[in-house]
Amino acid sequence: MTDLPKQTQRKLGLVIDLDTCVGCHACVTACKGWNTENYGAPLSDKDAYGADPVGTFLNRIHSYEVQPEQGCAQTIHFPKSCLHCDDAPCVTVCPTGASYKRVEDGIVLVNEDHCIGCGLCAWACPYGAREMDQTAGVMKKCTLCVDRIYNQNLPEEDRVPACVRTCPAGARHFGDFSDPQSNVSQLIAERGSLNLMPEQNTKPVNQYLPPRPKDTWTDVDSTATTSTPVAQEPKGFLAWLDRTLDSL
Amino acid sequence: MHPAPSIIIFTVLSGLGFGLLFWLGLGIPDTKGWDAFAIYAVGFICSVVGLVASTFHLGNPQRAWRAFTQWRSSWLSREGWFAVLALMFIGLYALFIIFFENRMNVLGFIGSILCLITVFATSMIYAQMKSVPRWNHWTTCALFLLLSLAGGAILAGQSLAGLVLLILTGIAQIIVWTKGDERFTERGSTIETATQLGHIGKVRLFESPHTGTNYLLKEMVYQVGRKHAQKLRRISFVLMCIVPAVILLLLPSNLFFIAIAALLHLGGTFISRWLFFAEAEHVVGLYYGKR
Repeated sequence: MTDLPKQTQRKLGLVIDLDTCVGCHACVTACKGWNTENYGAPLSDKDAYGADPVGTFLNRIHSYEVQPEQGCAQTIHFPKSCLHCDDAPCVTVCPTGASYKRVEDGIVLVNEDHCIGCGLCAWACPYGAREMDQTAGVMKKCTLCVDRIYNQNLPEEDRVPACVRTCPAGARHFGDFSDPQSNVSQLIAERGSLNLMPEQNTKPVNQYLPPRPKDTWTDVDSTATTSTPVAQEPKGFLAWLDRTLDSL
Repeated sequence: MHPAPSIIIFTVLSGLGFGLLFWLGLGIPDTKGWDAFAIYAVGFICSVVGLVASTFHLGNPQRAWRAFTQWRSSWLSREGWFAVLALMFIGLYALFIIFFENRMNVLGFIGSILCLITVFATSMIYAQMKSVPRWNHWTTCALFLLLSLAGGAILAGQSLAGLVLLILTGIAQIIVWTKGDERFTERGSTIETATQLGHIGKVRLFESPHTGTNYLLKEMVYQVGRKHAQKLRRISFVLMCIVPAVILLLLPSNLFFIAIAALLHLGGTFISRWLFFAEAEHVVGLYYGKR
């Protein structure tokens, strides 16, 4: 059923630190790699080595320049994938029941065997989190690496989404938002969080940590003397040398 | 939004077909035998060709039957059900009229109501999209319903009803265009609300996530047709409303003039529906610094 669950038992999701992300796209590559080889249809590319390559990705990094009223512009790298919204508009529009939100952990998934590829869910998503695979003709989206996080065959440290596991900057965190003691809950309690497009009322689970305020400085006159002489009058040996040379 | 030909054909033709079947279900015009067969055939061909066209854009049409399962939550699923039910009721009603000269008014009346609900469900597929502010309004449903009723009235040879409905359609179309132009701004989505970085300063896209294009940009950030939008609006308005209205008002209601009026109306509606998609802006464009 494409009705949304009234409540989910857990709320698994990501915290993405916009202060720390360096925009290296490693998470994009790790995501594409894992999700091409594992759950569901591979993420296909078309004309991959040609003039107009186009392909399916579940995670994409935008980079923004933000210009404050005063001071320097900031570059902010902005990873974007499915936010696993509590009020996911993509789920309720699905005519086949292929799109659903899991009661046990809140992950929004697509059952590819039921997906007819009508594309309506991608229209309903304000964030552009869903992409139709042009080869398989089914909708692809972030699964929160559902085939990693519960996978008993992987070492425990690998049981997190591929993007989180690979991030070299430590900008991505995975956890349960329904537990106030979890790492992700504590991060957003400490740093505050950004809810994307609140006017769409989607109640995203994934949260973004805002960039920390930048240092400020007071303007310094670089031509001003920055040191004063230690002594005005020479003493000791230098005083004798001074006097001697003067008298010559 | 990408104006996919299959979806334009679907919404326009099935709208017209169900509009005609609505009038026929009410016994307007009162026909018998082969005349009835011909006019019901027009209604059925338009609506069924439209519905079949809607499956052309599917990635996996062989599973299309699954779209009937989610009627409790999905307007697309409801649309499928109502379309099938409407065609069944009107089909049975037509069968009795054509072959047994037996008019079962209850069947026809239920069928007519189902035709209207089908068109409403089609319009709700678009009107429910919060992510596309231009569509997300009750006037979208009003325009779809009026267009369907007006087109149906032209085909059913109802000059007076057709004239009134064409005037109402014209008014609705003008409201949809002018109010729709402002709605994206009214709803307040900007690159700042999309990124939530507005508290720092003015945001602009510095680097796109990819050098080429992608599905999202092709499907939802379609900008090609906007250059001629105003010109196309005028052409569509003249063809869709004004010329058919003049024909209904001044020329005799015979098969020839009905066909001319219906074809011009259909052409204008196709342009209007193309603009409905091509002019609609999806909020995801904001992440790409586009609208």
